[in-house]
Amino acid sequence: MTDTTSTMGAVGRPRSIHADDAAKARLKKRYAAEQRFKWLGAAAIAISALFLVLLLSTIVTQAWPALRMNYITLPVDLSSAKVDPAALDSVNYDTVIQEALAAKIPDASSRQDRRLVRGMISTGAGLQLRKDIAEDPSMLGKTVDYAVPVDDFADLYLKGLLAAKGSVAPVQSAITLSADSGDVDIGFDKDEILTFAHASGATEGENGVLNLTSGAASLLLEINGGIIKLTQVAPAANGGAAAKGTVITKPQGTTQAAGTAKLRVIDASESSRKISDKEIVWLEGLKGQNLVESRFNSIFFTSGASREPELAGIWGAVVGSFLTMVVTLAIAFPIGVSAAIYLEEFAPKNRWTNLIEVNINNLAAVPSIVFGLLGLAVFLNFFGLPRSAPVVGGMVLALMTMPIIIIASRASIRAVPPSIREAALGIGASKVQTVFHHVLPLAMPGIMTGTILGMAHALGETAPLLMIGMVAFIVDIPGGFTDPATILPVQIFMWADFPEPGFQQKTSAAILILLAFLIIMNAIAVILRRRFERRW
Amino acid sequence: MKKLMLTASAAALALAASAGYAAARDQIQIVGSSTVFPFTTAVAEKLGQGGKFKTPVVESTGTGGGIKLFCSGVGENTPDFTNASRAIKDSELETCKANGATPVEIKVGFDGIVLANSKAGTVVDLTKEQIFKALAKNVAVDGKVVPNPYVNWSDVDASLPATKIEVLGPPPTSGTRDAFVELVMLEACQDEVKAANEKACPEIREDGAFIEAGENDNLIVQKLEANANAFGVFGFSFLDQNADKLQGHKVDGVEPTFENIASGDYKISRSLFIYAKKEHVGVIPGMEEFIAEYTSDAAWGPEGYLADKGLIPLPDAERAKSAEDAKALKGMGS
Repeated sequence: MTDTTSTMGAVGRPRSIHADDAAKARLKKRYAAEQRFKWLGAAAIAISALFLVLLLSTIVTQAWPALRMNYITLPVDLSSAKVDPAALDSVNYDTVIQEALAAKIPDASSRQDRRLVRGMISTGAGLQLRKDIAEDPSMLGKTVDYAVPVDDFADLYLKGLLAAKGSVAPVQSAITLSADSGDVDIGFDKDEILTFAHASGATEGENGVLNLTSGAASLLLEINGGIIKLTQVAPAANGGAAAKGTVITKPQGTTQAAGTAKLRVIDASESSRKISDKEIVWLEGLKGQNLVESRFNSIFFTSGASREPELAGIWGAVVGSFLTMVVTLAIAFPIGVSAAIYLEEFAPKNRWTNLIEVNINNLAAVPSIVFGLLGLAVFLNFFGLPRSAPVVGGMVLALMTMPIIIIASRASIRAVPPSIREAALGIGASKVQTVFHHVLPLAMPGIMTGTILGMAHALGETAPLLMIGMVAFIVDIPGGFTDPATILPVQIFMWADFPEPGFQQKTSAAILILLAFLIIMNAIAVILRRRFERRW
Repeated sequence: MKKLMLTASAAALALAASAGYAAARDQIQIVGSSTVFPFTTAVAEKLGQGGKFKTPVVESTGTGGGIKLFCSGVGENTPDFTNASRAIKDSELETCKANGATPVEIKVGFDGIVLANSKAGTVVDLTKEQIFKALAKNVAVDGKVVPNPYVNWSDVDASLPATKIEVLGPPPTSGTRDAFVELVMLEACQDEVKAANEKACPEIREDGAFIEAGENDNLIVQKLEANANAFGVFGFSFLDQNADKLQGHKVDGVEPTFENIASGDYKISRSLFIYAKKEHVGVIPGMEEFIAEYTSDAAWGPEGYLADKGLIPLPDAERAKSAEDAKALKGMGS
């Protein structure tokens, strides 16, 4: 000791293992490690936040167009000559609407053209009109302006979601037409049209003739209020150009002064899209007359499934999910909580209860499809319950959620301090009174939270329902527990699988609705916990 | 709290008691192939829109699973129709008969399987042999059977582009995959491979050139859009509906178009069926009307709404005969 002090005095500061260079280096390393860990943690959070934002923004941007839908407003003749008020069921409402539409598009006179016109409006339009008349008979006997939903491809075109997009460019040439209907020859006094034809991918023939074949983009000449589809363009001797074309809409007059005509270029070839040039022209024409209107898509929120994207709605699946969840809750909650109370408060601790406890934990980890198989074997085949029914779906999901509820309930019952039980027992309460008057109310917030999380889990399940026939195309909205029904995640899965591109937006919109339900349920769980949680 | 528990348990008991439920079914039940599913659902919806019957419930269980359910017996707990993307097998028919069910076969149309890529890529003219060489697990090189060595399409045949072989296709559980294997891989199987091991013919390479993209054909469509060099294998209706983004490759010189598949010129196509249970007709309401709707020209004709959905209609004569047989409810094997 004296030695040390004397050495200390001799060389100044002591050589402590906590202050030498090696120690400083160690300390620095430890701080660095801490910093690194903080950074890594922050990075992990940033990455997960980024993924979440990416996922949500993709879904929201994709779902957005599905919330609105385009309607064509038509003057529909509902006078007694067309719609007999005495025999509303035998009226062909589709014809009534198609006549109104045909009156707006007088150029479509051939059989094929009329077919195209019919295809522009939804096949469900007549059905909708019938329903609306039944609800509001005052529409009858006069001509009313009625908004008709458009077909899915027309809708996608109007929303700009198809690959075919149109652009309009002015034409400087003066133009002369050889006729105003059928196949016409067109004369231009400048050759700018050749540039457009080249750009459209026309195939070059002899003498610089450009053929606008099926592979080329469509060139539609708008002249004197009419529209002509160009089929061939060639340079002319006078420095201008000569073209051949087919009249789609009849022009008013066969000559046009320089600088007033327009050229609409649709950049995908007609053969490669599900919407033809004529339909585009007609739709643009109707739009020009202010007859096309984008409205909130109420069909999506009020109707059941459909094979037509414009008629498909989520309501059937929402009702199905609700019915299923009611059954699940009614079975899983009382049984789960009772089991938890018994195991925690009454059951003796022996080999049997241990075995049961282990098995409940195992059950919570069983893949959900297994419950579906069980449901098929027991509920459908043995009890003979109906296929595709919410009552069976609810029972299967209840089996799945029960272990989760039991585990959560036991944990929150165990968290109630023994002093509460002892005090109750001490003033003479029976065991049952202690549990039901004191322990259970205090444990309830935790039990509720566990239950809601379990239900949210069940809400997102499809696998167990596959086996019992709830993964099905069901149009009618279920009215009871034994009606065939499907649920939200199944609806999403099926829409994602249909070939029609119109279902893509519907899929995202349905995902948003499912997410909204999950968030609401989780929020309720948080609120319950915040409001009623007690700390000791 | 006590009351709540009691009510809840009572509700649970009431539900359990409803286990005895077995009221007469007034709604058609249909199961079966996912390929026929989009068409049958459209017909089902039309029947429901008529207002006289409830809309049939259509499940997509796959052809094999559907036939198994369908043939499990007669009665309200068994389906009334099953969709199938292949004809019923003899063994399945025997099970059906043994359980007292008589299927009525209705051939409804064709489905083409196409090889397609994004419009941004190049369209090529393939032969079945080239497809086999590009996709088989084992191929013959200089008379010897070796694991597939081809990396680029140009390695398979000099006329093809020098891009990497990258084909997105359905997994083995899919009916489309079965049909693709049967119509391409088995038919174009090289003699050397067949001689070495008969079972090697249907095997598709697993070294990353063929990517199993899941049962969802829409997923394949989206992936093709993102990757111009990749090819996809899927049903014609997906090419038809996405014609603005995708282009189909010619096979043996024939383009996969509606007309070419209908005429039979395009070779990779299969027949689609629905089977009706004869014993249920007259018991479950609406079955005859459902068959009549399906076999009406407004539905399965060349201009019908099923053609709009991508179903390739039968030739006129065959369609007329099929409709007649369906109407007469001609049971199989009776």
